[in-house]
Amino acid sequence: MAYAFDFSSVLEYREALLAGTVKTLGLTAVGAVCGLAIGIFGAVSRAWRLAPFDRIFTAYVELIRNTPFLVQLFFIFFGLPSLGVQINEWQAAILAMVVNLGAYSTEIIRAGIEATPRGQIEAAQSLAMSRAQLFRHVVLPPALLKVWPSLCSQVVIVMLGSSVCSQIAAEELTFAANFIQSRNFRAFETYFIVTGIYFLLAIAVRQAMIQAGQRLIARRAR
Amino acid sequence: MSDISYWDIVRNLFDGLLWTLGLSLTAFVLGGCAGLLVLFARIAKHPLPRRLALGYIEVFQGTPLLMQLFIIFFGSSLLGLEVSPWLAAALGLTLFTSAYLGEIWRGCVESVPKGQWEASASLALTHFEQMRHVILPQALRIAIAPSVGFSVQVVKGTAVTSIIGFVELTKTGSMLANATYQPFMVFGLVALGYFALCYPLSAYSRYLERNIHGSRAH
Repeated sequence: MAYAFDFSSVLEYREALLAGTVKTLGLTAVGAVCGLAIGIFGAVSRAWRLAPFDRIFTAYVELIRNTPFLVQLFFIFFGLPSLGVQINEWQAAILAMVVNLGAYSTEIIRAGIEATPRGQIEAAQSLAMSRAQLFRHVVLPPALLKVWPSLCSQVVIVMLGSSVCSQIAAEELTFAANFIQSRNFRAFETYFIVTGIYFLLAIAVRQAMIQAGQRLIARRAR
Repeated sequence: MSDISYWDIVRNLFDGLLWTLGLSLTAFVLGGCAGLLVLFARIAKHPLPRRLALGYIEVFQGTPLLMQLFIIFFGSSLLGLEVSPWLAAALGLTLFTSAYLGEIWRGCVESVPKGQWEASASLALTHFEQMRHVILPQALRIAIAPSVGFSVQVVKGTAVTSIIGFVELTKTGSMLANATYQPFMVFGLVALGYFALCYPLSAYSRYLERNIHGSRAH
């Protein structure tokens, strides 16, 4: 009873695969940009103890880092409407990714900010820089540069984690896989190919982020 | 609205929590054993096991856990094996854990000073004896904090197994949310359950990290 593999039956659905891939990348891009923005704000609040944000961000980081992404997603998608907040599957997926990445990047970027040499801050202060200027020009660029590899890894982890968004019917790549295997009854082949796509996406996203880091940050940090 | 009392919800969620805990422990213990094999392959003298281990790690770190579970679940039925969600979940998480722990531990082994290898080699210890008596005991000390930290990822990873039908905390929560129409409360409690499991581990990992660095300074 040898099983005959049939991968071509999956490739017949390449449009669905492509659409899913684009959606997964879109989710990741929005999640990464907004999540990093929250992370920068949270990190400076915690590192410089800006009340009351430092306390709020400490609680937020602990809460998110100690609960599964899937539960956060369900809480947002199924829980918020019962409070009267109308939210569709894409809004829920994006919100969950932003909230999740925001917490992790707060922790990662905070480590970078705390590693700023004391002398750099003193030098900037002696030039009569304001706190905002000091942060924007002296502290942030080298801090981001130091932790950029960790941030790249975290974005890739969040992208791979986004596969559970299929569970709230957001039509991303895993949703496409579920759809295809329900049509062609080739579950193994379908998931095998889609896993391969995720693997390539992980490599591509990491490379793109490393490149972006060099273009956007490395120049400003030196 | 429904005849499921608050007490019923809490009791059922607690049962789910125990399954989550059981799966986490299974995956962590078995994954740790397999991780040791990955570690040995990763730092072997011969390049072939090194490359195989690197490929293994990259595949498991570069693909979604959900896809790994799907492939195990559907792949095993192709082999004619009837695999229960529990077995697929345990196997999937064990492999996932072994890849991560293997890589974490490699970092720990490599942070043991090179002189320790050279000194033990000069005593004519074999590679295995060097590892067993000289390197691993020192690496273990460094490895405890990140391993405990990673256990949080294992506990959170178990939530994904609800999708292949394993009834743990998240799956119990989904079923209760559907039955009671109170998703906000139910998923709030589910989150609280995970937090109760994960927060002590996170806090302990941080404590260990501080302590090891502290004791090294003396």
